Amino acid sequence: MSSLPEPGAVPDETLRMLKSKSVRYRRTILKMIVDAKAGHTGGDLSCIDILNVLYNHVMDITPDNFSKIDRDHYVHSKGHSVEALYAVLADKGFFPEAELGNVEKYGSTLIGHPTRSVPGIEQNTGALGHGLSVAVGMALAAKMDGRRNRVFTIVGDGELTEGSVWEASASAAHYRLDNLVVIVDRNTLQITGRTEEVMSMEPLEQKFAAFGYAVRHVDGNDVSDLAAVLDSLPFEEGKPNLVLAHTVKGKGISYMEDQVRWHHRVPTDTEYATALAELEKAEKALGATA
Amino acid sequence: MTEHGLSTGRANLDVFAETLMGAAENNRDILVLTSDSRGSGRVTPFGEQFPEQIVEMGIAEQNVVGVSAGLAASGKIVFAVSPACFLTARALEQIKNDVAYSDRPVKLIGISAGVSYGSLGSTHHSLHDFAALQAINNIDIVAPADNYETRKVIEAAVDHPRPLYVRLGKKPMLDLPHNNTELEIGKARLLTPPRLDSDVAFIATGETVARALLAAESLEAEGITCSVLSMHSIRPFDEVAVREAASHSRVVVTVEEHSVNGGLGSRVASFLMQAGIFRPLHISGIPDEHTVAGSQFEIFDHYGISPSGLSATAKRLLEKAAG
Repeated sequence: MSSLPEPGAVPDETLRMLKSKSVRYRRTILKMIVDAKAGHTGGDLSCIDILNVLYNHVMDITPDNFSKIDRDHYVHSKGHSVEALYAVLADKGFFPEAELGNVEKYGSTLIGHPTRSVPGIEQNTGALGHGLSVAVGMALAAKMDGRRNRVFTIVGDGELTEGSVWEASASAAHYRLDNLVVIVDRNTLQITGRTEEVMSMEPLEQKFAAFGYAVRHVDGNDVSDLAAVLDSLPFEEGKPNLVLAHTVKGKGISYMEDQVRWHHRVPTDTEYATALAELEKAEKALGATA
Repeated sequence: MTEHGLSTGRANLDVFAETLMGAAENNRDILVLTSDSRGSGRVTPFGEQFPEQIVEMGIAEQNVVGVSAGLAASGKIVFAVSPACFLTARALEQIKNDVAYSDRPVKLIGISAGVSYGSLGSTHHSLHDFAALQAINNIDIVAPADNYETRKVIEAAVDHPRPLYVRLGKKPMLDLPHNNTELEIGKARLLTPPRLDSDVAFIATGETVARALLAAESLEAEGITCSVLSMHSIRPFDEVAVREAASHSRVVVTVEEHSVNGGLGSRVASFLMQAGIFRPLHISGIPDEHTVAGSQFEIFDHYGISPSGLSATAKRLLEKAAG
């Protein structure tokens, strides 16, 4: 396990690194989507800060320890946001960044949903409502074998209407899986519109708490808040952890933010240029505060 | 009790549970997952003897399969034990994605398969499982005929490197002839002496094999020569054995406790046509209709999956072939 700082004491240097990576990952994601002419732009940008903090601050997963069972595990239940995962895995050195030019190309292993053919990915996902059950199985195995590693999964908020999410939740609490960390990417949008209009699922905090989770809220696009909350895992002994990560779909690109049409739209050349300019500005702002 | 010289064994489910207990003695990684199904899966004694190795998931088959995949990813040897009807329909997407596509060697044990539940009706029947699973890449499909095949298949399942589905019934089965040789998943068993000139080749699977063998015996008594192949493995499909059996026979009768669409018969017919082996062929199974009410064996008899029904089918085919 990586040695983690005390809650609330995320070093400034770490935060600077995370903020810088968040901007860089957004650039990588957009390039990937423009090159592939496909991708789930909005969801990638809403969950990228969570993935950033998980892979670069919280989880003990590296190319070197990937074959070991006692490392942390990650399941990308929100499988359609695969470009965000590819960006982070390439940055972590699981495969060369140049491979990202092959996303969704004929014969490529880097297809539009996660598969185990890609180094660093440990479960094929893409059909919603599957990842949490698999994560429960991994967490249960760790408990059975007395391992102290943890299992993380990001679940989309639109995904929460899948009944299997709640089957898995019941079993997570029943088996007291406090080594399981479920992060809900609560961007309040799905392909048809507002999640609450498609199918009302609020109050989510109470629902998850009633199912037996220890629930925490976090600004899911704020690496500082994410790092502080995730540093305090496990939230309660004997309870699975649920992080309601309040995010903005399309976060970081002004004209994409909170816009349902950016669920899986590909930027035009002009839009792409505008996005890159915004990211450059964000990067410069980071440099100014550093 | 004997029938035509064959003694009656136990239910394949009982043999499964007993075999698994034997394997678990020496292997703490073997786990059984149940969906409130430990009684019907005959694994209550397993749970009593190995309480740390049975995981109850409640009536939630999708979660049973997803969790099984996660456990298998972490090195556990997982037997997911749940009624075949629910396991292969309710949780089909989890089988497809979490197990087969993700290549997790989970052992899915479909209990009380086919029409084992008899008069409980179609909600409880699994006549679609061969069809559904054959259309999904990377999962082997096995239906043992008797206690011997069940024991051998479960022993092999422990170390089987790929996803596996085993379908088991709950009625006592006749013990079919065997010579105690190793049974290999994917290699059919010829239950009759090898012949180069049979009149009829019965190619059967699961709990209908005994009936095919009894039909063959009665036909032999009338001077009609038969070979009987136990196709315990639907996948891997033993092309060599099917080719041998069919090419050395005048007619072919396939027999299965499954819909006539998409099961063993369809697979055999498709293979033989493409291999250029043209024989009059009949697919004996459950027809495309609301299944008649009755016990497993009454349903078999109703649809001609009986020694007399299969004999009559074979004779009709032979007449057609001669005509």
